[in-house]
Amino acid sequence: MKLKLNKKDVENFLKGLIEEYDLYAPAQLTEGVSVFKKIDRPEEVNLTQPVTQKPAKEAFFPQSEVMFRYEETGNRGQAVSTEQIRKERILLGARPCDIEAISIIGKVFEAEDYTDVYFAEKRKRTTIIGLGCNHPLSTCFCSSTGGGPFNRAGSDLFFTDLGEAYFVELLTEKGMAFRENKFFKEADPKDLDLMKEIENKASQKVDRTIPVEGIEKRLDLMVESPFWDRIHEKCIGCGVCTFLCPTCHCFDMTDEAVNQKGQRVRNWDSCLFPIYSLETSGHNPRPTGRERTRQRLMHKFNYYPKNFGRVACVGCGRCILYCPVQFDIREALVYASAKRGKGQKGKFK
Amino acid sequence: MKNPYLPIPMILKKAQTETSDRLLRTLELSFKNKEDEKSFHFIPGQFCELSILGKGEAPFGIASSPIEKGSLKFTINKAGVVTTALHHIEEGSEIGIRGPLGNGYPIDLFAGKDLLVIGGGFAFTTLRSLIAYYLHPENRTKVKQITVIYGARMPGLLLYRDELLEWEKRNDIKLVTTVDWGDKDWKGRVGLVPNVLEEIAPSSENTCAVICGPPIMIKFTFPKLVALRFPNERIFTSLEKRMKCGIGKCGRCNIGHLYVCKDGPVFSYAQLEKLPKDY
Repeated sequence: MKLKLNKKDVENFLKGLIEEYDLYAPAQLTEGVSVFKKIDRPEEVNLTQPVTQKPAKEAFFPQSEVMFRYEETGNRGQAVSTEQIRKERILLGARPCDIEAISIIGKVFEAEDYTDVYFAEKRKRTTIIGLGCNHPLSTCFCSSTGGGPFNRAGSDLFFTDLGEAYFVELLTEKGMAFRENKFFKEADPKDLDLMKEIENKASQKVDRTIPVEGIEKRLDLMVESPFWDRIHEKCIGCGVCTFLCPTCHCFDMTDEAVNQKGQRVRNWDSCLFPIYSLETSGHNPRPTGRERTRQRLMHKFNYYPKNFGRVACVGCGRCILYCPVQFDIREALVYASAKRGKGQKGKFK
Repeated sequence: MKNPYLPIPMILKKAQTETSDRLLRTLELSFKNKEDEKSFHFIPGQFCELSILGKGEAPFGIASSPIEKGSLKFTINKAGVVTTALHHIEEGSEIGIRGPLGNGYPIDLFAGKDLLVIGGGFAFTTLRSLIAYYLHPENRTKVKQITVIYGARMPGLLLYRDELLEWEKRNDIKLVTTVDWGDKDWKGRVGLVPNVLEEIAPSSENTCAVICGPPIMIKFTFPKLVALRFPNERIFTSLEKRMKCGIGKCGRCNIGHLYVCKDGPVFSYAQLEKLPKDY
């Protein structure tokens, strides 16, 4: 069944979703700041931004999240968990890279030994409406990391912007539940042709040449390489690449208590901060930028692949777009993969 | 779904200051709920996250052994916010715990072998769990000879002194305690752990070594073990790293692709030599 959603119906379609679900979609908060947030009014939704500044992971793993609350601090408090969510959720307009990233985090958070109930509960109760990328940016390299601008993996429904309408694909059981949505009209064969044409054009634009295959094995040999001495030199340790990364999932846990009442909260954290690994004794196992930048790159391209069989990078390019000192992860990957003769050190910019 | 982040309630049954510097306090906790006690099974070397609502949470090795039913012991070094709160908390109060966490000592591998236990300072907690486990009549035949070398800077800083005295009287364990400098009452050895190890020179044949202590002690003791021909596969240590979740999610304690919290805290040197030195 080929469906489409005419643009003139989008507002009412969104109204319907807001009534029935908690809707999360991209919104422009202010100039340059676009995030996935809970939508209250249809006009908040902005589906035109190719890569939102903050990734869609926030819908499942908020930057700051209460884990449980207690009425009395100290010795008699009874902790009440906050994992249950009120309503079924829709994540609308997430791009294929961000959706892939959610499954990458899922492999850690939904591991067999322990389940992170906060993440798992939200994921179980969310229907994902993916949106293809008609105009990938020059920093996009999803096709090099196993994805693509129209990769449908992880989406329950998938939209393609045809100009006057969205082409709608129902991909899973959760997606099929929208079969009867009154705003979905039957698409013409020419809509399908147009969708394919857009997909082909976009796919050709994305850089496929970033050497990700085999990077795990290369990095195995580079743990003590002078490469890391060079790579951290210009990094100022601001951590923006980790905060905006759709696959980064490190967090800190702290108690916040005022006047007896309190809560345990988790907040995104970053391996690039010195205090991230600083111990109470004063010992820091990752004392300099060398160890910290190594941790960031090795986790994505060596440690995570060892545990889960794929790189923990989806090629969204946010770390390239927003790095204040123009560190480009693609250059690092090219350098790490380059075959160098004996004695040749090669150069890293 | 079971929420692994929610602490279970324990009651502080007994608290005791262990050392002359008053920085180490042993807490004996009993389960508030019978169901929690029934489902709590651990092996020596595992740890728990201890939680004081309003202050936070921190990881501690379990110092009691599985054969001491009904309660759990932890020895706390007063260092930061949570540990200071754990030093001030009164008997009868409630403390939350999550656990048991981590892999524990490889007791299957130890079976039928001699055991050499080397400890320094307050890192003796899970070693105490391990030794007490094997000294129990039910378990004593699981390993052959048990040799323990335990050092501290001063006699007053040795943990569990009453128990050490009891072990000294037994003939099924060889206990050697040593201090860096003695006092007028100290009749035992004075000397550093690596030197004592060299002097005693236990055989490495069919023996597993477990070593826990300050990094400086490990640094100088490890080469002595190698000189005694202990292979890296049979030398174990328990690592500490800053941890939060304790279940391999929060990312903080990784060494290479392994997490100290769930793949450790016990590692063999054969494992560690393949990993980055991020510890």
